[in-house]
Amino acid sequence: MAFEAVIGLEVHAQLSTRSKIFCACSAAFGASPNENTCPVCTGMPGVLPVLNRRAVEYTIRTAIATSSTVQRRSVFARKNYFYPDLPKAYQISQYELPIALGGHIDIETGNGPKRIGITRIHMEEDAGKLVHEGEFAGAQASLADLNRCSVPLMEIVSEPDMRTPEEGGAYLRRLHDILVYLGVCDGNMEEGSFRCDANVSVRPAGQESFGTKAELKNMNSFRNVEKALEYEIRRQIERIEDGGKVVQETRLWDANAGVTVAMRRKEEAHDYRYFPDPDLLPLIVDESWVEELRKTIPELPAEKIARLERQYGIPRYDAGILAADRALADFFEASAAIYGGNPKTTANECVHWKDAVFSGALSPETIAHAVEDRERGTISATASKKLVELVLSTGKPFRTLRDEQGLTQVSDASALDVIVEKILAASPKEVESYRGGKVGLLSFFVGQVMRESRGKANPKVVQEVLKRKLG
Amino acid sequence: MANVPVHEWTLLEAARKVREKEISSRELTGALLSRIESLDPKVHAYITVLPEAAMAQAAACDGEQAKGTVRGPLHGVPVGLKDIFCTRGVRTTCGSGILGNFEPPYDACVTGKVLAAGAVLLGKHNMDEFAMGSSTETSRFGPTRNPWDLSRIPGGSSGGTAAAVAAAMCFAGVGTDTGGSIRQPASLCGVVGVKPTYGRVSRYGMIAFASSLDQAGPIARTVADAAALLGWIAGYDRRDSTCVDTPVPDYLAAVQRPVKGLRVGLPKEYYEGDGLSREVRAAVEKALKALTDQGAAVVEVSLPHTSFALSTYYLIAPAEASSNLARYDGVRYGYRAGGATGLIEMMSRTRAEGFGEEVKRRIMIGTYALSAGYYDAFYGKAQKVRTLIRADFARAFEAADVLLTPTAPTPAFRLGEKTGDPLTMYLSDIYTIPCNLAGIPGISVPCGLSGSGLPIGAQLLSNHFREETLFTAAGAIERVLPWPRVAPLEG
Repeated sequence: MAFEAVIGLEVHAQLSTRSKIFCACSAAFGASPNENTCPVCTGMPGVLPVLNRRAVEYTIRTAIATSSTVQRRSVFARKNYFYPDLPKAYQISQYELPIALGGHIDIETGNGPKRIGITRIHMEEDAGKLVHEGEFAGAQASLADLNRCSVPLMEIVSEPDMRTPEEGGAYLRRLHDILVYLGVCDGNMEEGSFRCDANVSVRPAGQESFGTKAELKNMNSFRNVEKALEYEIRRQIERIEDGGKVVQETRLWDANAGVTVAMRRKEEAHDYRYFPDPDLLPLIVDESWVEELRKTIPELPAEKIARLERQYGIPRYDAGILAADRALADFFEASAAIYGGNPKTTANECVHWKDAVFSGALSPETIAHAVEDRERGTISATASKKLVELVLSTGKPFRTLRDEQGLTQVSDASALDVIVEKILAASPKEVESYRGGKVGLLSFFVGQVMRESRGKANPKVVQEVLKRKLG
Repeated sequence: MANVPVHEWTLLEAARKVREKEISSRELTGALLSRIESLDPKVHAYITVLPEAAMAQAAACDGEQAKGTVRGPLHGVPVGLKDIFCTRGVRTTCGSGILGNFEPPYDACVTGKVLAAGAVLLGKHNMDEFAMGSSTETSRFGPTRNPWDLSRIPGGSSGGTAAAVAAAMCFAGVGTDTGGSIRQPASLCGVVGVKPTYGRVSRYGMIAFASSLDQAGPIARTVADAAALLGWIAGYDRRDSTCVDTPVPDYLAAVQRPVKGLRVGLPKEYYEGDGLSREVRAAVEKALKALTDQGAAVVEVSLPHTSFALSTYYLIAPAEASSNLARYDGVRYGYRAGGATGLIEMMSRTRAEGFGEEVKRRIMIGTYALSAGYYDAFYGKAQKVRTLIRADFARAFEAADVLLTPTAPTPAFRLGEKTGDPLTMYLSDIYTIPCNLAGIPGISVPCGLSGSGLPIGAQLLSNHFREETLFTAAGAIERVLPWPRVAPLEG
């Protein structure tokens, strides 16, 4: 029997606001334990949450960018459970009435473009973290670090619209790129700024109703999400084929072992006793606020890919690589504006040097000059690469280095005439053989000329001159 | 008047006399501290008394005044706070064992405002544990006694504050009211207590019982004192999202206004039950006569959903409390049970040992009301009824400017009389609870004594943010009904 997988993804993205969602503490990563805390985020008696306006704006901008409908009225609820990393013993999270509903994003698949629905987007606060005995020197007991408490999160829940791990990966990458483009999330998966849980089930191909789903957690890279989905789909299919049943449960991805492991059954699920948080008023977002924020939405990855392809005539694949990072695409466009002679080469160079682009060590001018000089035959590809490396190590301008290093190549045919004449005169036997039909000897002549010119001759021009002289 | 003892002065008199240098803050504070020293062993209105800190504050006030500066309108005047308001560096217990050793690193908004007004803090008043109770008997620190009759309860949960004010162990205090916790003890102790409109006073730093109902308010011996004190603690605070940004009127000016033409509504449902004692009914009728004698008009109004208020309250308040009190787990501050071997055991034992019986009862009721499968039938339904109760009041306030009712069905009962029967205890708040559910303001003003010499209070209710109307009507009652302001209790 053929099976089909059904995948829905829940993404938790940390909003890159300066302060936390309900207090003024810094939301920055990497402070020493409990440095970024105050009576509010540590749940002292009598303190109250106050909603961070910037966090709301970031979420609204995400809603706009994913074609979701911003709700005029949304409500924060309390999700109640006891755990030492949760100081109030409840997490404030939107529940029944989230801030946005019903959006979508478009992804590229092997079978062309596909639209993935977004069910809802809601806001919530993060919990702290526990450090257990033995995890660091001198730890006598479990300790709580509450720096992350009340860091703003946005949860984006997709429709169960994906059918393969690749589609899941494509959705996640596209969503990730959108959030980073918007500047609402730094996208760092290692530090947990962009986390994903997956709901996955399988069903016989053609069946309408869904199979029993498992929820996968603990996947901290795009690749791990894809691998976990592959494993889980295979596990569920094998289970059914063996005559068993899939049970509804939460499973953890073990990246080292490459397997998912059962964590808790549905029956063991908590009763979170959600109810509207009486300390916060319903969040009212009027249309004019949404329209104001709509104006701040930049060109998003899908639009950018289409425009780069159209405007510069570069392949869609290249446009996709450039557009995966807004800074890289901007760099490409800046280079192409200085020298627009060969955008494809400019794109290749940008991708080749992208680490230097991201670190800010490279200017668009350097790439533009490198591409232009090669196009004009002033330098060779090898010299170009060497010069860019020198720019990076010395900080001097590309063309200054080119002239200092004497890496300009001779592309003037009349200047090369003399050398070519000299070589041909010195090799009468080879000239005869070539004219007798051994055209493969051309490279021999090119090599001789290059050596005579100490590498400065432009091989392309040398070939042309040789062909003319020998022809 | 010259022979009135210092401690019997009103808050406003004391403030004026310090300002006019008739008395120093040190003399005033010292007088009240010695009154506390002699009387509080009997009354037990205070959980914490701060003799050294109060005298130091008083000395600082005197020093500043000598240099020509005053902190504010309460410069150098000693007051007390219910032990529910966080006070920086001063133990704040909320009447509970679980916070028995808790010293907040911050002041509540109310604490900050009272101190900014220049007041000297004498100490923290006893209360029912986490404000859950109507008699101050659920306090982990032992009950407070009614200064009018030490065998009786002072009411609750702000019983310590009401008793301290009635016994002249402070000039005024600030309490909190979730279902009657200011008005009912004020009534039983013969003082004035105000529950302001929800959102009038910031809840920041006030330990939460039921967040959608809790509100801080003044307890004082005169309507004018209460009006002035409310003016100093009310106002917008951005740290409380439910606090309303609307100007604070001159409440004191409202006290003297005439009541001629004021429409006084009598909600018939409040006078129908057989729980209302004959003596209380008679006293409230005297209050009504005081108003009509001064030209107020009487209208009968109906609040048809009144009979559902108590059960609605006992779903909403415990539900919110079950969540609000979940943070007391022994992990970060407060009491932690010793000897536990694991996390769950530590948390369970901390809560089992740290909380008292009434608190645990309400946590369980609230947890149940919010459970999956029960939410709609209990909490959800209660919220709908709450909307109906609010609509009842909105309709009543089309016909009336102020409603007059009893504050409590009976005068103060005896210690231990109702502790064995929670439901009977809950009934003592039957007239005060609907006001909290509707979010409207209410006041209790003394209107007579029972045959056995126990105080009786009348409750006035007005529309949202119409506290001025309450002060006008209460002021009119106070002017006509002569009142021994201080309980007849000698040290």
